[in-house]
Amino acid sequence: MEHYTRTGMIPHIWCNGCGDGVILGEFLRALDELKYDINKLVVVSGIGCIGRISGYTNTDSFHTTHGRALAFAVGVKAVRPELKPVVISGDGDLFAIGGNHFIHAARRNIDVTVICSNNFNYGMTGGQSGPTTPTNAYTTTTRYGNIEHPFNLVHLAAASGAVYVARWTSIHVKRLRESMKKAVNKKGFSFVEVITTCPEEYGRRNKLADPIEGMKWLREVSVVRSFIDPIQAVVQPDKIVVGEFVDIEKPEFSELLLESTRKVQANLEKEGKLTNVAI
Amino acid sequence: MSRRLPEVGGVYLQMEDEIASMAAVIGASYAGVKSMTATSGPGFSLMQENIGLAAMTETPCVVVDVMRAGPSSGQPTKTSQQDVMQAKWGSHGDYEIIALSPSSVQEMFDLTIEAFNLSETYRCPVLVMTDEIVGHLMERLTIPKPEGIHLADRKRPAAPPSEYLPFRAGEDLVPEMAIFGEGYRFYATGLTHDETGHPQTDSPEEHAKLVQRLCDKIRKNVNKITKVERIFLDDADICIIAYGSVARSALSAVIEGRGKGIKIGFLRLVTLWPFPEQVVEEVAAQVDKILVPEMNYGQMVREVERSAGRRKVESLPKLGDALHTPQEILAHALS
Repeated sequence: MEHYTRTGMIPHIWCNGCGDGVILGEFLRALDELKYDINKLVVVSGIGCIGRISGYTNTDSFHTTHGRALAFAVGVKAVRPELKPVVISGDGDLFAIGGNHFIHAARRNIDVTVICSNNFNYGMTGGQSGPTTPTNAYTTTTRYGNIEHPFNLVHLAAASGAVYVARWTSIHVKRLRESMKKAVNKKGFSFVEVITTCPEEYGRRNKLADPIEGMKWLREVSVVRSFIDPIQAVVQPDKIVVGEFVDIEKPEFSELLLESTRKVQANLEKEGKLTNVAI
Repeated sequence: MSRRLPEVGGVYLQMEDEIASMAAVIGASYAGVKSMTATSGPGFSLMQENIGLAAMTETPCVVVDVMRAGPSSGQPTKTSQQDVMQAKWGSHGDYEIIALSPSSVQEMFDLTIEAFNLSETYRCPVLVMTDEIVGHLMERLTIPKPEGIHLADRKRPAAPPSEYLPFRAGEDLVPEMAIFGEGYRFYATGLTHDETGHPQTDSPEEHAKLVQRLCDKIRKNVNKITKVERIFLDDADICIIAYGSVARSALSAVIEGRGKGIKIGFLRLVTLWPFPEQVVEEVAAQVDKILVPEMNYGQMVREVERSAGRRKVESLPKLGDALHTPQEILAHALS
């Protein structure tokens, strides 16, 4: 495991009882079990608690501006198709400020894995509400209960064109690791949502301040319903549907791009006009 | 470019917005290729966030802004030079940037290459600040043979991965740059960081050290980076300072003035940022009057005043999709 960890950056910044440590641990175990060539992996993150994860993985890694991790990763993949970018970021980063980049990267079916730590709020900046905060939940910016409707992230990912979509919680460690392995090896846009505990911010305002209680809650309300219609895969205080929801094949963007460039170059070669050969 | 780049083995990407374009440009540069994007007006505003990230993470990259009239949507496709201060100060925080200002089709070609060379040499974003008039010009272009073109490349790490510190710089203040996928397995962040790349968000010393280096690697090379064009300046009493398409009118005005025996000279700013302070100071010491015609409400004139003093400097602003005529410039120079 040490091989995959940037040990100079440890200890990490996360609070006791936070699910982000589980995500890091399971991601590193997934790489270890896959014997993944870490020189071919680029871990990219945005801003927020989980945004620090790119510092902890002993890979090429980049910590971008808020919400822009995916757009950066698209730039990497487009010019270096042999590399695999993995974006690990939070629900606010990926689906509020970065929402546009998410739907378009999924639509392109570019070979990038996105792992989302969904803790229902902006934990790093004081527990504000975000695009996944459940209706009626309390946060520092929804003092009288959230009146908005949250995104169903697996439904959004599936509708936007992702070829692999799964949701687990931070207590489903083994199944989470298996999904991470599938996602990293999947050719195309893959998405793994991880519902995580946030005792310090979301938890203490919603009767989940005790880390053990938070984990018990996840265990009690989670039901595995793999491959049901993602629209029915709800996330509610009394029910969280987990499982794999999409696993399909579709032509991938960086391969299509290279194929298209090669065609252009083949035509030039016929005319004797080719100067530079594509990668 | 979407037609040309695949022909030469490059990659053209149409992103969902200009924020994403700038982020993808940085990703592509860290993946080891020379990357650029181009925009106008509102798009340049959207790119500022990640231009700051490029400055902070010392990413070689090029941004072309074909200036149109603002603020906001302003006058699409109509000319202006209203973004020249935004070029310097557009993203938050302290940083230095390089911005070039082409005046012709030939210079669009030459300075785009120069922009890449500077960005690779100093590891910073370089802006090509042109305007709609130059952008839509059709005139003769000589494309040199490839062997006649000088291309600079970023300094690559000399040390093996185990000894590589991604943000350690030597005397030239520019760190060696590893690229993704070569086993260096380094980390870069938009947070304040030390030489190892690790975040240092609580250390005043590390923050000062980093920001000073980001600025000084450009400030200390102002004379190497900046280019100006001097015409008829040796005996001049009046100097016109201009850039971009306005420089073409200004040069005509100066030639016309000389034809009438007036001691008028011309200084063209090829580099806008870093500002060639010393050159302007020297010109100011020699002439009685400096006129700065610009297609905005007076922007670079502030920088000229800073170097030349306010007494000698006069602004000649022009707004609303109109280029100064040579006659107008000459009349103001003589008034």
